[in-house]
Amino acid sequence: MDESLTFLLSIFPRLLAAVPLTLALTAISGVIGNVLAVPVALARLSPNPLLWMPSALYILLMRGTPLLVQTYLIYYGLGEILPGSFIQQTFLWDYLKDGFWYAVFAFSLNTAGYTGEILRGAMSAVPRGEIEAAKAYGMSNGKILWRVTLPRAIQICLPAMSGETILLLKATSLASLITVWDVMGTARQIQKESYRIYEPLIAAGIIYIVTVFILTRLLNLLERRINQHRVAPQSA
Amino acid sequence: MDPSPSLFSLMSFGHDGWGARFMDGLVVTVEVSLAAYAVSLVFGLLGAGAKLSPYKWLRSIADVYTTLVRALPELLLLLLVYYSGADAIKFLLSFLGDDYDDVEVDPFAAAVMALGFIGGAYMTEVMRGAIQSIPVGQIEAAKACGMSPLLRVRRIILPQMLRFALPGMSNLWLNATKDSSLISVLGSFQDILFMGYRAASTTKHYSFFYSMTAVSFLVITLVSMAGIRLLEARVNRGYK
Repeated sequence: MDESLTFLLSIFPRLLAAVPLTLALTAISGVIGNVLAVPVALARLSPNPLLWMPSALYILLMRGTPLLVQTYLIYYGLGEILPGSFIQQTFLWDYLKDGFWYAVFAFSLNTAGYTGEILRGAMSAVPRGEIEAAKAYGMSNGKILWRVTLPRAIQICLPAMSGETILLLKATSLASLITVWDVMGTARQIQKESYRIYEPLIAAGIIYIVTVFILTRLLNLLERRINQHRVAPQSA
Repeated sequence: MDPSPSLFSLMSFGHDGWGARFMDGLVVTVEVSLAAYAVSLVFGLLGAGAKLSPYKWLRSIADVYTTLVRALPELLLLLLVYYSGADAIKFLLSFLGDDYDDVEVDPFAAAVMALGFIGGAYMTEVMRGAIQSIPVGQIEAAKACGMSPLLRVRRIILPQMLRFALPGMSNLWLNATKDSSLISVLGSFQDILFMGYRAASTTKHYSFFYSMTAVSFLVITLVSMAGIRLLEARVNRGYK
């Protein structure tokens, strides 16, 4: 038992060194995914079937199939198509040898589907009067979106979006299955080297729990900051 | 030299096609998901009962359970519970004597327990919320009628909470089918994703077979969504 604990402590530095990679996966996919979610939500709300139908299909595909399948499809699928294509001659090729960018690609697309659906709900929950007021001021549609609809929708769905971010952080562990050495990938690597099953998983688990708690705190702070002007209802 | 087979024939049910094997994989995925979901219902009921119990130590255990499980990646938990569950059963059996030394824990049971344990934490929260949504007056009325606690659970709480719990429970079923794809990583299950992986690496038609894998999961999702709609209509039949 003692020896097991010593081993557990000895692998922490190696696992901690992989934390920036896990955070980078989360941050990059989160930003790209949330930005892509805006057109997805806008298209979903459009009365034009040429816009809302593809968007609804996209959301269904992203939410109706496992993220692991999507990740494999992108990693192995693109790996089948890209070599030999013109991409191989461009600077992009240097990046595409690594599993990291395939993982970012997969996670961003997936986040866009999930957040797109959340954002759609929030956008239709923006009070009509506020949009009518903006129209009465003579704002263009783009300006109304940028100044009224989006900020209000983000306020409304902020708790759901921070929940999605935590889920994304946990989901990045799937990148370990396409040769990305994030925290999970490093833990599995240590497993293979040391023939120990539990210690690497437990150590990685502790790191994930601490990271999730810190991120939850940060997102709560952000929520309070963004909503600070909204007065809490007075309790009677 | 043979002309390369068309993609259609790759998915056929004949000798060279992967269609039949995909169907087998579909059955494995549905079986694992159903079994894991059933286990998560048990964990969920126990967890919700513990969270709402008057005993602090029970509430604390349930809080630790839901907090830890929901903060850890599913893949990590699956590996951890899959191996430790098997070891724990072996350890317990070793107390019964040496006869059980070479008992092999069924990988299916271990994976189902692991997935059910994970789903149970989310189920706990859904059920706790649903129980708390039942109007207190109804439970008080049952008490006033002299119903025993068990009878109250059976006649008032379970049927009433179902209506509030159904949306959350439906979501968790869809999650269970998707999370079941993780068992392909364990290497001892021939679920859809494993079949897709095998078919893709054998034929080198990666994008085709992973697309077929995604479509198979989508079929499960769509069928489930249709079923959920019927269930919701039934559970809410007394309300308009």
